[in-house]
Amino acid sequence: MPKVKVHRTSPSLDMTPMVDLAFLLVTFFMLISKFAPEEVLVVDTPSATTEIKAPDANVITISIGNDERVFFGVDDKNTKLRLIDKISEKYGVAFTQQEKDVFASLASFGVPIAQLKSYLALKPEDQKKVNQPGIPIDSTRNELGDWVQLARYSNPQSVVAIKGDQTAKFPVAERVIAILQDKNVNRFNLVTDMEAKPRNL
Amino acid sequence: MAEIQQQGGGDEGGKKRAKKGSTKVDMTPMVDLGFLLLTFFVMTTTLAKPQIMEINMPVKPKERDQQNELKASNAMTVLLGSDNRIFYYKGLHQPAEGIIPQLEESNWSAKGIRQTLLTETRANPKLVVLIKADETSSYKNLVDILDEMSITGTQKYAIVELDNADAGLLRNAEKGGAQ
Repeated sequence: MPKVKVHRTSPSLDMTPMVDLAFLLVTFFMLISKFAPEEVLVVDTPSATTEIKAPDANVITISIGNDERVFFGVDDKNTKLRLIDKISEKYGVAFTQQEKDVFASLASFGVPIAQLKSYLALKPEDQKKVNQPGIPIDSTRNELGDWVQLARYSNPQSVVAIKGDQTAKFPVAERVIAILQDKNVNRFNLVTDMEAKPRNL
Repeated sequence: MAEIQQQGGGDEGGKKRAKKGSTKVDMTPMVDLGFLLLTFFVMTTTLAKPQIMEINMPVKPKERDQQNELKASNAMTVLLGSDNRIFYYKGLHQPAEGIIPQLEESNWSAKGIRQTLLTETRANPKLVVLIKADETSSYKNLVDILDEMSITGTQKYAIVELDNADAGLLRNAEKGGAQ
């Protein structure tokens, strides 16, 4: 009687297509991902049905936190370098080249100009520990207005976006809008989250 | 690909044979790394860009008389109060002439202020909605009411400062419950 041969299948299977796909995905995500800059101020934006996408570049972002602090941020590096020169000219604060470079790397900040120099001199890990008080917006010390105005002089193409927290009180938002209007910025954007548009009205 | 290389079985006989190197390379570590990177990028990437809502505020008028008078028949005022409450009234509030409007309470649902705005703008395309937010209201309310404007297709609206007369109306309505 002939021996019955058990047909053994090899335990290894060809994973080439799967690995190909995995690397394809890796490449895809590597190319499209843009690292979100670290947020100093956490803002939970309200949702709205608008379908306009935020512009890619030249955005001046004014963030309003839930604790009424106002932060200011410019995305373009060259604009920030020009902006810090104009600020140091206007407020008579001299910045070293190194401090300017640190400023150019900041995504957003919320320190009054008087404290800006000492803040920029800190090491990055110490900067995170600083509890930033926010940019002064009261009418006696309207630094936000100067920031917006000089940032627009530094880059005339920039658009202003207000990124407010849901729970922020209206008077802060009103004050920010009033400052913008005061500086002749009558067209600006509110950053929102996505929400489905209601059908059948 | 990714298989275990079988070891040995070769030179027991002591014969010197030219060793044939296997053409297969163990790619397991590379694949591990590949998936690690994949996981990392999938998790860190932010696909959705934030949405924005465009707002145009009027240019500040240089003189008072450059402003247009708004006819009472074309006016509707929306008041944003505390605790996400919302009130509205039709017409203008002119305490000097003894015209004090009745406030009506609405809500943020689809049947609430949205329906009111829809019927009102359909009835009168010239309607101008004045949005007055109290200092107790939140930024979310402002975005929501602006969003309702775009949903209902209301063309003319303005964010107006809440004056004392309207603030008084709002306080009363919040306390006593509006009709």
